[in-house]
Amino acid sequence: MLKDQDRIFTNIYGLKDKSLKGAMSRGHWDGTKEIIEKGRDWIINEMKASGLRGRGGAGFPTGLKWSFMPKESDGRPHYLVVNADESEPGTCKDREIMRHDPHTLIEGCVIAGFAMGANTAYIYVRGEYMREREALQAAIDECYDFGLLGGNNKLGWDFDIYVHHGAGAYICGEETALLESLEGKKGQPRLKPPFPANMGLYGCPTTVNNVESIAVAPTILRRGAGWFSSMGRPNNVGTKLFMLSGHVNKPCTVEEVMGITFRELVDKHAGGIRGGWDNLLAVIPGGASCPIVPAKDIMDCQMDFDGLRAVGSSFGTAGAIVMDKSTDVIKAIARISAFFKHESCGQCTPCREGTGWMWRVLERMVKGNAQKREIDMLFQVTKQIEGHTICALGDAAAWPVQGLIRHFRPEIEARIDQYTRNATAHGAVLEAAE
Amino acid sequence: MSVRRLAEDQVQPAIFAFNDENSVWAEATIRKYPAGRQQSAVIPLLMRAQEQDGWVTRAAIEFVANKLDMPYIRVLEVATFYTQFQLKPVGTRAHIQVCGTTPCMLRGAEDLMKVCQHKIHHDPFALNAEGTLSWEEVECQGACVNAPMVIIFKDAYEDLTPQRLEEIIDAFEAGKGHEIKPGPQIDRIFSAPEGGPQTLNDEIKPVRTNLDPHPSAEEAAAAASIPPADAGRPKDTAPETDPKLKTPATAPAAAAANAKAAEKQPSATAKSKPAPKTPGSAAEGAPPEPGAVSGDLKPKRTRRKTTTEGES
Repeated sequence: MLKDQDRIFTNIYGLKDKSLKGAMSRGHWDGTKEIIEKGRDWIINEMKASGLRGRGGAGFPTGLKWSFMPKESDGRPHYLVVNADESEPGTCKDREIMRHDPHTLIEGCVIAGFAMGANTAYIYVRGEYMREREALQAAIDECYDFGLLGGNNKLGWDFDIYVHHGAGAYICGEETALLESLEGKKGQPRLKPPFPANMGLYGCPTTVNNVESIAVAPTILRRGAGWFSSMGRPNNVGTKLFMLSGHVNKPCTVEEVMGITFRELVDKHAGGIRGGWDNLLAVIPGGASCPIVPAKDIMDCQMDFDGLRAVGSSFGTAGAIVMDKSTDVIKAIARISAFFKHESCGQCTPCREGTGWMWRVLERMVKGNAQKREIDMLFQVTKQIEGHTICALGDAAAWPVQGLIRHFRPEIEARIDQYTRNATAHGAVLEAAE
Repeated sequence: MSVRRLAEDQVQPAIFAFNDENSVWAEATIRKYPAGRQQSAVIPLLMRAQEQDGWVTRAAIEFVANKLDMPYIRVLEVATFYTQFQLKPVGTRAHIQVCGTTPCMLRGAEDLMKVCQHKIHHDPFALNAEGTLSWEEVECQGACVNAPMVIIFKDAYEDLTPQRLEEIIDAFEAGKGHEIKPGPQIDRIFSAPEGGPQTLNDEIKPVRTNLDPHPSAEEAAAAASIPPADAGRPKDTAPETDPKLKTPATAPAAAAANAKAAEKQPSATAKSKPAPKTPGSAAEGAPPEPGAVSGDLKPKRTRRKTTTEGES
């Protein structure tokens, strides 16, 4: 198990002092000025060397992303936008950071802002996190009072952080939709290119980072890229907040080292699977958009980018939704389809029409009121949605359904058989077509 | 997405205006954004209007549009796109938002909705007989490890059982909602596992190994163990990426030199210590960043750069 001394988030459960003073006593805001004095290139090189991959789901190297910002301003201001629109079902890590450990995020904003030449950061918090927003704003106010933020501050880099919020749209977690929403429009993703690093918020160079990616940066820089990259295996290094929800005995959020096996993670922190390991049916390992993984594959799988890719799923945000054998897996996936139907922004036809179509077919399959050939048709439709939309929501809606068909096809067929049998038992007569 | 329309004209109030406190707040909010970008404040202002009136009225939409110098249709678009805006009146004492997405569903959100149907109204968004309560099913509220949960106004009530939800609904109906402690309704601290956290119980001492003024040579070597340029690249063992093969087989002397350089390279990068820079200074002496100018051309340029280095 990861030692407490090696945890980046020191107050994730809110049991310790949340104030600036308390955060400083645990080592946050220590040497921030020295880090800034080492210069932009040192920070970016160190971030690249640490091997940190973005924690928002896509896993793009954070240091590389920062380096895409123009070195010299062409007159336009640079912006840092923090994506705290955490809406992926199964994911609730940024919430804990914002309400209990906000200073990791604020310090990270200053350092990241300096590294990309930005004097302003907007933190886009999802609308439902109202208390979290208040806690974050209180921490920011505290930093202003202490002279860590604002013009002519103690750190030598003028920096302002503003908290903005959304109003309940999952799609605003997509970076360009988030920028649209921040500009006061409907959150409909933009075509790329131009990439936000060239034309982002208000047409200015912008970098959008997940809360966790930003919040871990100061500790990495303080303790060294070597420390961070020594944990986990190559290409999948560091620590990560894992969330265990669903049918585990004690659901929780916990910081662990990347590459920990699923069995170890659940046994140590979540008190095991409800009804024991033999009762495990399947796991959605990284938030609702990842394909489902059956029990035999996930049990001893290493929880990191490569480990989950090897079992045909993806690491996503590390929010594992655990299902035991009492679960109606078709219904669980149908509910995810309903979610994506609800959250599609309506811009691209394959997603707008396809998500609703998939949901309606799956709802029939939950009852068994379908034809077996429709399973193939459903799979084919998911393939037509995937990759044919502006943003990744189309893919995200298609993958859970594909995962269901790949691993639980016998279950769907059995239910269709059952439904047919019931129908004939209650008087329906099957006739041969002439 | 779903069709969302404004409420019928009969229930729409004629006028809307922020109260004094909210007017001051609105001015401060608009100032968060650069001059001429006041449109950015549309979601916060609409949300404040909803908090003031309980729901978003047509008058509020027009008021916000005038305030931000936006066409009415643009504000209407925003109000109908974002599902947190209530376009019809909801319960005055409580509007219960039950999360029904898969993680909550697995832990019994359907039973919570049955409680709501039983105690409030069969249909979501419909007011109960007294007009004090209403409910709806919402999508993931981001408290999955505390499932199942409901949100009432600003607070989340987590780890619910149907009995506990009934008690909460009763309390809100009696106007005593503030007496119920938000957060987990069982013996549990926020997102820590039930029965107390198993981690973060030790005292944590600040560590700043990377910022010590004179790190020893070994520590410096360990600190930059991965050459920065290679950090973001996936580990690749394909034979064609072997640096020894950079030169064609017809030039054995150059190939041998390349092989030697490839062996030296990692250790050379590890030893070189980045020089401290003054803040704001440009990349003097540092390896140039090919991706800095335009992101989309990056991979091609990087490759060309390394090739020329190898040949020289």
